[in-house]
Amino acid sequence: MVTKIKIDPITRIEGHMAIEAVVDDGVVKDAKSAGTLFRGFEIILQGRDPRDANRLTQRICGVCPTAHATASALCLDDAFGLAGKVPDNGKLIRCLILGSNFLQSHILHFYHLAALDYVDAVSAVGDLAPFVPRYEGDYRVSGKANAELVNHYLKALDIRRKCQEMLSIFGGKMPHSIGIVPGGVTEKPTEDKITNFLWRLNEIRDFVDNVYIPDVVAVAKAYSDYFEIGKGCQRLLAYGGFDLPAGKLFKAGIMSSDLKPEPFAKENITEDVKHSWYADSGSGKNPAKGETKPDTKKKQAYSFIKSPRYKDKVCELGPLARMVSNYVQNDAKAKELVDSLLGQVGAGVDALFSVLGRHAARALESKLVADAMADWLTQLKPDKPAIVDSDISEESQGAGLTEAPRGAVGHWMTVKNKKVDRYQVITPTAWNASPKDDKGQPGAVEQAIIGTKVKDKENPFELVRIVRAFDPCLACSVHLLDFRGNRLGIFKVV
Amino acid sequence: MATKKYPVVWLQGAGCTGCSVSVLNAVSPRIQNLLLDELVPGHQLNLLFHATIMAGQGEPVIEVLKDTEKDRKGGYILVVEGAIPTAEGGIYGSIGEKDGKHLTIVESVQELGRNALLTIAVGTCATFGGIPAAKPNPTGCKGVKEVFAENGIDTVVVNLPGCPLHPEWFTGTVSVILFSGVEALDLDDVARPKLFYGKLIHENCPRRADFDKGKFAQKLGDAGCLYELGCKGHYTYADCPLRQWNNGVSWCVKAGSPCIGCVEPTFPDGTSPMYEKVTFEELTWSQK
Repeated sequence: MVTKIKIDPITRIEGHMAIEAVVDDGVVKDAKSAGTLFRGFEIILQGRDPRDANRLTQRICGVCPTAHATASALCLDDAFGLAGKVPDNGKLIRCLILGSNFLQSHILHFYHLAALDYVDAVSAVGDLAPFVPRYEGDYRVSGKANAELVNHYLKALDIRRKCQEMLSIFGGKMPHSIGIVPGGVTEKPTEDKITNFLWRLNEIRDFVDNVYIPDVVAVAKAYSDYFEIGKGCQRLLAYGGFDLPAGKLFKAGIMSSDLKPEPFAKENITEDVKHSWYADSGSGKNPAKGETKPDTKKKQAYSFIKSPRYKDKVCELGPLARMVSNYVQNDAKAKELVDSLLGQVGAGVDALFSVLGRHAARALESKLVADAMADWLTQLKPDKPAIVDSDISEESQGAGLTEAPRGAVGHWMTVKNKKVDRYQVITPTAWNASPKDDKGQPGAVEQAIIGTKVKDKENPFELVRIVRAFDPCLACSVHLLDFRGNRLGIFKVV
Repeated sequence: MATKKYPVVWLQGAGCTGCSVSVLNAVSPRIQNLLLDELVPGHQLNLLFHATIMAGQGEPVIEVLKDTEKDRKGGYILVVEGAIPTAEGGIYGSIGEKDGKHLTIVESVQELGRNALLTIAVGTCATFGGIPAAKPNPTGCKGVKEVFAENGIDTVVVNLPGCPLHPEWFTGTVSVILFSGVEALDLDDVARPKLFYGKLIHENCPRRADFDKGKFAQKLGDAGCLYELGCKGHYTYADCPLRQWNNGVSWCVKAGSPCIGCVEPTFPDGTSPMYEKVTFEELTWSQK
């Protein structure tokens, strides 16, 4: 029998999202992911002082603002001719700010967004909102082990807060930090700040090593079938990120299931719009040249999100893509971490393409970043500058590509008469949660859902576990369509 | 004595979740205390709905909204984060599916607002429209108070702007309400509690002495008053310099950034360009 499961809203993600799955004989045959809110940031950015984009684009997302701060600063560096001039202190502090945000975002994601799909909070805290209502049934950890995970849920609230406090040492405040600006950063790396940062970082590293990673392993052991569920498109993409004096922490690359890396070039990114509310004439263009006109009467369209593709192929972005990219490009730390975890759970590299693979990659990446941050702190030079001065160019173009907690993010800008003429952002969730493209290929989340067996249609744990493993950020993806100031007509969202 | 519980519904409109994340950063009380404990003796919040942290999803959580509105008339607190998209009947923003149709944010805020004990608008988007309502305001975004006024809803609205708001502006306001009642809040002309928004940033700024001496930073990263770099602390009312952010670690001006006036009703259009210095008129018109 064919039935439709609609989950609207999908909660415990950033933003407004709905999922629809067509289930035939207990197996998902088709899936749609849709965003249900639109703000139109690019329209708002037009005509403004380009430097303000660095402040405003952070407000796209309160969970990962520093990723947009970094991408916009790199974009402005590029446009203002500063790309080679940012001092080492500036590069390192930008990375320390972004790294702190990675840690808060990943810990928040596992414990406060995802864990309630696996951990039975009600048995520990009682029948209390907001822990009820919930899906009932498939909670497999019980007794003391479950109680400990619930305690870690509470402890993780403190740790993620401390990540924000650490970030603020150089970033001023969070959310929406102010430290990362074109040319470098606003704060100087004084010795007292370095020590203050280091000891906060030590406490967070202790939590990642001794609580977060062991908890992910414990959940993986109890739910080991989720190494088989949510395989997805099996094509991973990382732009590379964390621009350090000695190069990038994360290596760019495109990897299929054969794990042979292809080099990445941003010119190969295009965006399809056949199933999005835009005129088809704008389909298939690179974001640096993309021109999009809304067309709200398209019958086949069902999403506010466009379909970014790499050489016409669907890609998955995120911690899994980054860890695999570094793994296959022989980064010793990534190899050691991934091999050790796979050994502990008795799984092969293939198992990474799964719900649990995504959670594991996120936890291991937290360790990779946190350990690296300790090294970056020692490279800071208190007597040296952290910023170079900049001027707005009269006319210019820029691109800023980096990695956000949820995957690669890119900003593209054109400046005319010292004002923003055009600003465009492609976020990781736009890739992951995209609708079908011009060739009819479903997006990464849709592909991960299609083919899944749903045991209980009233409590479709499988679907929400798959969706949440991607850590979707709808504020990022849906609010960022690149309209060019055209007024939208009347339309409906499916 | 039995604990008096205050059901809370936290709706998210056109926003970024930054205000929720900021409230997660609360220190004393911590978010755990807000969720699980008596916030003040004998009084406790009971968070029925918050899309970012609640366990449930889909239809059952929309039922929570329906039940709250119907069964707890006049007895719950509505918190709104994010602006309200009103263009084209509100189709730019929906928070779920209700009875087979999109439940728009504008519809939900009105339904829940009409029957709430009071409404707290958190962040500049929910209070004044904020960035989503910035020119050309493509989705017709408005703040809660404006939407209520246009629809004849007379529920009290307390405005706690900020991009995001400081967690203590939220926990402190709730404390006043639980201890002494909403009428004890002394609000300014745009419904902000003077307890938090009563002081000019410029008057309490640690760089004020530099301003008085005429020592001005000429580029980002310099010491001195940030007036030449566009600081909007000259007309922005908030206690950031005294309270500081993230457990007292820092705040914008301390970390070398000009204030961007994020708590003001005109943010961001009226406070832009952010790096252009304020005019003489702006410097003087808001000396209350």
